[in-house]
Amino acid sequence: MSIRIFVPRDSVALALGAEDVAQAIRNEAKRRKLDITVVRNGSRGMLWLEPLVEVHTEKGRVAYGPVGPEDVAALFDAEFHHGGQHALCLGLTEELAYLKKQERLTFARVGITDPLSLEDYLAHDGFQGLSNALAMQDAAIVQQVTDSGLRGRGGAAFPAGIKWKTVLNTPAAQKYIVCNADEGDSGTFSDRMLMEGDPFVLIEGMTIAALAVGANRGYIYVRSEYPHAIAVLNEAIAVARAAGYLGPDILNSGKRFELEVRKAAGSYVCGEETALLESLEGKRGIVRAKPPLPAIAGLFGRPTVINNVISLASVPIILAKGAAFYKDYGMGRSRGTLPFQLAGNIRQGGLIEKAFGVTLRELLYDFGGGSASGRPIKAVQVGGPLGAYLPESQWDTPLDYEAYTALWAVLGHGGIVVHDDRADLAKLARYAMKFCAIESCGKCTPCRIGATRGVEVMDKIIAGQDSPAQIELLRDLCDTMLNGSMCAMGGMTPYPVLSALNHFPHDFGIKESGRVKTDSATGGQHA
Amino acid sequence: MSLDYDHQQLDFIIAAQQNRPGALLPILHDIQDAFGYIPPDSVARIASALNLSRAEVHGVITYYHHFRTTPPAGHTIQICCAEACQSMGAERLVEHAEQRIAGRKPGEYSLQPVYCLGLCATSPAVMIDEKLHARVTPEKFDALLKNLGGKS
Repeated sequence: MSIRIFVPRDSVALALGAEDVAQAIRNEAKRRKLDITVVRNGSRGMLWLEPLVEVHTEKGRVAYGPVGPEDVAALFDAEFHHGGQHALCLGLTEELAYLKKQERLTFARVGITDPLSLEDYLAHDGFQGLSNALAMQDAAIVQQVTDSGLRGRGGAAFPAGIKWKTVLNTPAAQKYIVCNADEGDSGTFSDRMLMEGDPFVLIEGMTIAALAVGANRGYIYVRSEYPHAIAVLNEAIAVARAAGYLGPDILNSGKRFELEVRKAAGSYVCGEETALLESLEGKRGIVRAKPPLPAIAGLFGRPTVINNVISLASVPIILAKGAAFYKDYGMGRSRGTLPFQLAGNIRQGGLIEKAFGVTLRELLYDFGGGSASGRPIKAVQVGGPLGAYLPESQWDTPLDYEAYTALWAVLGHGGIVVHDDRADLAKLARYAMKFCAIESCGKCTPCRIGATRGVEVMDKIIAGQDSPAQIELLRDLCDTMLNGSMCAMGGMTPYPVLSALNHFPHDFGIKESGRVKTDSATGGQHA
Repeated sequence: MSLDYDHQQLDFIIAAQQNRPGALLPILHDIQDAFGYIPPDSVARIASALNLSRAEVHGVITYYHHFRTTPPAGHTIQICCAEACQSMGAERLVEHAEQRIAGRKPGEYSLQPVYCLGLCATSPAVMIDEKLHARVTPEKFDALLKNLGGKS
């Protein structure tokens, strides 16, 4: 039988030369007259090891990495195609501590299967959730999702079941399922990895959502910066449709669901759900006033379930194994798992799916191995560009929605960006304001004008001009943005700014730690 | 590059998409993919096909960072300037790239900031003409530039 060698097709692997590695392996195998099949899988998420090449052996898959095209001949000399020893050999993939310590539910198949092989998907428990859902009443599906405790993974953490129930109970001739794949937060890539590595699970999750609320049309809104994800999704949709998992008659149930990919156009604020709906309708991505909620009047004014990629991709396992199975993971009101993304200045960056409750320190050191530069870690931004900077004193708090709210921080989409001791938090605070000024949709004044004023104030603080008065002005401005903005763009930009100021006052030219308390009641998340 | 474009092809692109719900963004993407940019005089045709005002179409084109109304440079180089890449020296890379590109023929390269390419664990990230590159040091940048065919 042909020997199977896995070379990832994930964007990170490709950006580090995986295409050349795959070609080098094919060429070398041909030269040596070896019967080898190169499978293009998703990434295992150990991104510092990419391109991570795996070989299927009787004992399991053996990993080699990071592999360059120049290593390929030597790997063959070392009989790597039979799991042979070589300096790049990492041992059995499943035994690597980084993977072994994870709880992979949503990412169970990512890196293991060929993302476009329906046979692979079915052989790894695929479409079990859908087949269970097809045998259930719509309200019972919604109940399962509610009971699982699943909350929106895009950042707002709103209970998915409640959103679905609202759509189910709103009568309409046309309803929609929309997947928010506009993953614009720096430091986040779990949506991308999932779409590139296991697109069928997202298709299955959206189909289950459609059955649950009575929708027959769905859209996946993917950012234009993700060309590989768009290509994989389009192919996967065609494969699923041809096999009867999508289309006019899903698995002979008489139920119809059509799904298509829509490409975004480089606007960060379109990750906000109402701006996304505007964009899907072909308009400028301007935030809508709520109410009405999208669940009642969403896309084209119809009831719409709009959820993040990871939320929807977590649904199949809930329907396959039951709400109780999923709910068993996690802590407090944060149930299940979150695929954390360890990024920035970190030695072993990657994707770590863990139950809620793990601490930042565990992720930074047990998984991440400290900073990439080898210097002390100074600040960690959790939850994307609108998330707070956490100093070391906060790294032992469990990663849980409520525990982070109490710290006046957010989990967001689970992105973790590490900065070493060379980082200047005043500059990063200025950047947060600048980013808001660039990306503001312009609808509300606190965000549109506030961000520009914020950059100016930060410039004066950094230049040391009239600092005490400027810092007071900055706090006043943040208060207005926090409480007066229409959405999280302006409403949460104060998180990185004020957390930087409060925890790293020295960078703002303040000698003594003049910590001013922040009001956690007004620092909540956007639903 | 000439400002001329195939008007027949434009009409074909519009006709192929105009009956889809929310057709404007898909049409703009297809036009930009075909011609490299959205020719300003295509706005009236798009507007008329979708029963929109020209102002509405213009508003959408200029709202989104992705769309451009002038032909692209020979090579488009996007360097990620978001937090994760900043933590690994993106600022230094931008300065280096600016120096390398300064004095080149106008229109040969276009250097643009981009805010996240989703390669945040292997920063700094760069996209050159739709091809992704990770862990780009100044040395690696020079090698990439050389591979584009220009003299470095």
